[in-house]
Amino acid sequence: MDLDTIISVLAATLRLTTPLLLACLAGLYSERSGIFDIGLEGKMLAAAFAAAAMAAVTGNMWAGLLVGILVSIGMSMIHAVASISLKGNQIISGVAINFLAAGLTTLLGLTWFHQGGRTPALAEGGRFLGLDLPFAFELKSVPVLGPIYDGLISGHNLFVYLAFLAVPLTAWVLYRTRFGLRLRAVGENPKAVDTAGISVVKLRYQALLITGLLCGVAGAYFSIAQGSGFGNNMTGGRGYIALAALIFAKWRPVPAMFACLLFGFLDAVQIRLQGVDLPLVGQVPVQAIQALPYVLTVVLLAGFIGKAVGPKAGGVPYTKEN
Amino acid sequence: MTPWAIELIGINKRFGEVHANKDIDLKVKRGTIHGIVGENGAGKSTLMSILYGFYTADSGQILVNGTPHAITDSRHALQLGIGMVHQHFTLVDNFSILENVVLGVEHSPLLAPTFAKARAELKRLASEYSLDVDPGAIVEDVSVGLQQRVEILKALYRGAEVLILDEPTGVLTPAEADHLFRVLRVLREQGKTIILITHKLREIMAITDSVSVMRQGEMVATLETAGTSPEELAELMVGRRVLLRVEKGPANPGKVLLEVVDLVVTDDLKVPRVKGINFKVRAGEIVGIAGVAGNGQSELLEAVSGIRDQKSGDVVLNGSKLSLEGDDGAARARLAGLAHVPEDRQRMGLVINFEEWENSILGYQDDPAYGKGVLLDIDAARRQAAERMEKFDIRPTNVRLKTANFSGGNQQKIVLAREMERDPLVLVVGQPTRGVDIGAVEFIHNQIIKMRDAGKAILLVSVELDEIRSLSDRILVMFDGKIVGEADPATATEGELGLMMAGIGTKEAAP
Repeated sequence: MDLDTIISVLAATLRLTTPLLLACLAGLYSERSGIFDIGLEGKMLAAAFAAAAMAAVTGNMWAGLLVGILVSIGMSMIHAVASISLKGNQIISGVAINFLAAGLTTLLGLTWFHQGGRTPALAEGGRFLGLDLPFAFELKSVPVLGPIYDGLISGHNLFVYLAFLAVPLTAWVLYRTRFGLRLRAVGENPKAVDTAGISVVKLRYQALLITGLLCGVAGAYFSIAQGSGFGNNMTGGRGYIALAALIFAKWRPVPAMFACLLFGFLDAVQIRLQGVDLPLVGQVPVQAIQALPYVLTVVLLAGFIGKAVGPKAGGVPYTKEN
Repeated sequence: MTPWAIELIGINKRFGEVHANKDIDLKVKRGTIHGIVGENGAGKSTLMSILYGFYTADSGQILVNGTPHAITDSRHALQLGIGMVHQHFTLVDNFSILENVVLGVEHSPLLAPTFAKARAELKRLASEYSLDVDPGAIVEDVSVGLQQRVEILKALYRGAEVLILDEPTGVLTPAEADHLFRVLRVLREQGKTIILITHKLREIMAITDSVSVMRQGEMVATLETAGTSPEELAELMVGRRVLLRVEKGPANPGKVLLEVVDLVVTDDLKVPRVKGINFKVRAGEIVGIAGVAGNGQSELLEAVSGIRDQKSGDVVLNGSKLSLEGDDGAARARLAGLAHVPEDRQRMGLVINFEEWENSILGYQDDPAYGKGVLLDIDAARRQAAERMEKFDIRPTNVRLKTANFSGGNQQKIVLAREMERDPLVLVVGQPTRGVDIGAVEFIHNQIIKMRDAGKAILLVSVELDEIRSLSDRILVMFDGKIVGEADPATATEGELGLMMAGIGTKEAAP
């Protein structure tokens, strides 16, 4: 393998990690506040559709992003009302959101655009393109470092940089700010927060607002940055993989990034290996290769990571009387 | 300024059908320690939660320093200088002490300045009230006594002038309790007002200036501590005369019925909790195991009764070794004549959503007395349950009532009746009176002594040192999974036992 191949696989890793990472951090805010969120997938899917539809109609990528985020926040608030205010079962609410998103995106796609559920392909201005960092072109000829800077670090779209910036930002919020302290506390022992005179409900709503925001960005990435238009079920279970990465990382932001990078890397390798003759085994059916990241998810969650103890109050609606 | 720090006037609170507080009046003088006693469910905790703003009263008035306030939430109560140390701590276990202290009163959006201020303040509080802590320590790693200290520090850090403590000594060793009382006295000297909720009359007599008694949601009396006695308080609490002292004759030990040999037991995480224990219990004696909760008593009980597999060692019942391995170990132990009253009746002793009669045969449901083949003889089981109900004075007398609707004391009597009426050789009983009101305590203690006098061997585990001392014929002290001493309840002082329970000054145990 030469340097160019390695760089291109790693660059693909970053691109494939981006939505996982955004969704994973989204889940982190929710679960750290004590609300399970199995609906990351649905929120992303809905946001992907909304962003593509808006961008297709207006031809404006920013309008697309904004609407994607709003739709995702809206769905997150449905989850919040169901699981915080109405004290419903958080898993059921999350599953409902996933179903809602899967059904609605297909239905609305068919009725609005008549392209078999797809949204029209986006023209320039409708989607986020790669950004060339300063001097990428000039430094290209520098051996090793040049291609790494140009091929791996530069040239991604805005979302990729945002996703990786969100990691230290999240760590800072979680461990260095008042909001972070309270967020961590409410997921561990909401009664401690309540008796300290802070509203458990308000804190959890705030957390789910952030979850909605980040899921919205992740969803928009699929349809108006990585792709140019929405296709049926285009998030392909990445919301669940993000959840797996979150558990694998034991709900901590920096390990979450590495977990997402691992899954992203497997995805990149998977794409690269399709149709390639492997030594000893020959050509492996494409389905087997594509299943790799999912197999890894099962293996990691089933046995590899040991006991993952999440936020203690996770999944339990808070009532004073107990 | 009035001499009253707190005045409650005509407080009422209902939870559905339950009238938890009925027209309560209470005045607490500034700079004093005021005790509130009452049985479980008398409404003490509800009343204090109203004062602390955790609940809102349906009607009534609260005056703080003579000014009426409608306390809407805990934050409001804190602003008025009212702090509370809950019975079940409200700490975040995986937070540092510092993080717990500042939670909710961080004065800056970023934590760094808040932490700096809190460190300085903790240092001041430590020197002023001898409340030393390591601010960086993680709460779940420190002892229960220290966790309680963090709760007190939390209240003081928030500027509490009135400190409410709810059953503060339930989880403490005698030495930790003594230290707590020293701290409370210092706080009183500094002009703080303390409200102490407890059911331990000894503590009321030892530390309070005045005491209020609650019974069934009503305030029945407020007295000067110096002018009352434990007997008078107990009578006020229960509404009838109560014997505080357990009346029992001398023991008449016979042959060894239960012998535990080199027993080693590990917990769910494979950590050894019982580390090689030997003891014998004879017919006609009560052997009490004293110790601070969490020193292996629970695992010992579970292993002896066959619920938890032992790692090594033997349990010998009436001369023959019990095979306790496997899921049906407990059933085999029962069949062999070893009855078990578990520590936690709601989790292990009862199925709380069953009707009373179902629980009264639980574990013995295969007995031919309750039917043959696959069918239960429901009438027979209910008839027998009704008889036991009468014998053990279980109320209300309805075998069809859901067990959850009985009070703690009556639930415990359901378990005791089930186990005692089988006429076992050995009775193993854990925390027989935890969460049980004084009237029922007296009854339960008498039943245990009756069993002893009928020639049964009784192994008693309790974290209530008073209970161990008054019931046992011999006391074994457990610390860190080992028996570190044996004491004669007639001669051992509380101080000696307390030292042993803390793992200091141990005497070698005679097996």
